[in-house]
Amino acid sequence: MNGVVGFMYPNEYALQWSILIVLYPFITGLVAGAFILASLERVFRVEAVKPTYRLALLTALAFLLDAPLPLQLHLGHPERSPEMYFTPHATSAMAMFGYVYLWYLMAVLVFEIWLDYRRDIVILSQQSKGLLRVIYKIMTLGSNNISERSLRIDDKVGWIVTLIGIPSAFLLHGYVGFIFGSIKANPWWSSPLMPVVFIFSAMVSGVAAVMLLYMVTTRLRKLAIDMRCVDTIAMYLFYIFIIDFSLEMLDLIHRIYEADESFRSLDFMVHTRLLIPHIVIQICLGTLTPLVLLFLTQVVHFPEAVRKRLYVLSGCLALIGIFAMRWNVVIGGQLFSKSFLGYTTYKMEMVSREGLLVAIGLTILPLFFLWALVKLLPPWPEKSLHQVAAGD
Amino acid sequence: MNISRRHLLILLPAAAVAWKYVEAGTPEASPNYQMSEHWWGMLINIPKCIGCGNCVRACATENDVPDGNFRTWVERYHVTDTNLTTPEVISPDGGKEGFPVAQEDAGKYFFVPKMCNHCADSPCTQVCPVGATFISPDGVVLIDQTYCLGCGYCVQACPYGCRYLHPTKHVADKCTLCYHRITKGLTTACCEACPTGARQLADLKNPNDPIHEFLKTHPVQVLKPQMATGAKAYYYGLDGSVR
Repeated sequence: MNGVVGFMYPNEYALQWSILIVLYPFITGLVAGAFILASLERVFRVEAVKPTYRLALLTALAFLLDAPLPLQLHLGHPERSPEMYFTPHATSAMAMFGYVYLWYLMAVLVFEIWLDYRRDIVILSQQSKGLLRVIYKIMTLGSNNISERSLRIDDKVGWIVTLIGIPSAFLLHGYVGFIFGSIKANPWWSSPLMPVVFIFSAMVSGVAAVMLLYMVTTRLRKLAIDMRCVDTIAMYLFYIFIIDFSLEMLDLIHRIYEADESFRSLDFMVHTRLLIPHIVIQICLGTLTPLVLLFLTQVVHFPEAVRKRLYVLSGCLALIGIFAMRWNVVIGGQLFSKSFLGYTTYKMEMVSREGLLVAIGLTILPLFFLWALVKLLPPWPEKSLHQVAAGD
Repeated sequence: MNISRRHLLILLPAAAVAWKYVEAGTPEASPNYQMSEHWWGMLINIPKCIGCGNCVRACATENDVPDGNFRTWVERYHVTDTNLTTPEVISPDGGKEGFPVAQEDAGKYFFVPKMCNHCADSPCTQVCPVGATFISPDGVVLIDQTYCLGCGYCVQACPYGCRYLHPTKHVADKCTLCYHRITKGLTTACCEACPTGARQLADLKNPNDPIHEFLKTHPVQVLKPQMATGAKAYYYGLDGSVR
């Protein structure tokens, strides 16, 4: 059999989960991480990151809208997916997805964004014209009261929603880790650390993504980057990254030291098929390099221009590293036989339903969602609502 | 014969219902089968298996198994004295057409038929997000293919590699223990085709089933006992090297 070394059970030659399933935890990770960054300002009163607060919320929403698409495209019968809501199987980790997703989307993210933007939406519904006016009218949900008292209530409720949102974000991504971690048939996945590793890697990717988006959008708008803001974000990114890396190394060292029946198989994989994606891209390029760069920014007083470049480089490498981590979990976990006697190869298609082009499309799509959301609900504090209403 | 409009309105729906049954074929009746009276499993006698592949072919024919996928297959192990834990295993086309002649004299060779273990605590049914795969009251792990989403989670969860996604139906598929046969009092296609009796359907709730006598007098083992799946494919003569 082409691409197979040793012995695989005959039903194992082809991988069941493709790049789309790699994309799914990557995207939900960005959602959870972006939300956690937003909560830094709202709940923990880290004022320095305020310029990214609204952008982080909109980023989380844009990626959350995209998150179920790779799953839908992967399903053999996507038309039956509503059954997960109507007849969920109580013992299935995956069955929880629909509820966690809906809870997070509607009860947390959309609600918080609505509360935060309610004053703006009401004003925009009065100032804009044509279709925009109709859209903003609908978005007010009939609530036009923007008195001081009413806005104070919005703020209090928003704070509570964010407070609930933090464990919800953990739940959203922790459950994704649990989907993999609870599969005892697969030693590469089966680990109680998996949900925790997923949560921290999610925070790394989400914080890095929002930092990059903030820097890029500010540059595009020809404004000065708030260095106090990005310095603070980079500091948090560094600390979260250390925890994430420590957890991953703990898992790895534990496996090496314990060396159970699957070890020879996994060890072979790490030295051959996963050498590039795991050792080179994930650990060296995507984790150690940005960690060193971020460490340098913490201990050396670089000029502003150098710091900016280092942050952009670290952010990009962190995103590459986290994507590689998702790849190594999902694809790596299917490359070896459950007999531990053989290895297969993942042959990625280009233009099929689960091919590379679709995956690229689904990765870019949230940026379009974000563009539309930013147009509708500008996260920039310095832009007047009058300009927005006029369509500027 | 004159048919009034009233009669026509009555006859047309009746004819439509009748036609539906003609189209579907008359289902075989199994009025005496009580699920609660059975608990199905399989006894696999490794020393008796000659690796002829009859079982694999019979299963594929009986159940219309797509090429390249297997509801049952046979593996040939080659274990040498110097390498007891990492055997050389082959299963060309699932052993459907038998095996090439063994070239090397060193060590031992034996065949291991594999299939769904119809686990009592099956990890595959546990993870199904909609409960499309389930354990029937008579102990058979089945899939409702009209309900399955085709997510592949059960395929990942099976420690034995017994499941696959059907390439044209796009749903999970696996051994049903020939449920359509055993509920009619027949044995499975693989058991029926085995020339040496290496596979025997076992009803653990039937006190007259010879499985009870066999289990009393022979040491048997299940695959991957550490998985604690409650597997009901009992192997006699299972070598420790078998995965």
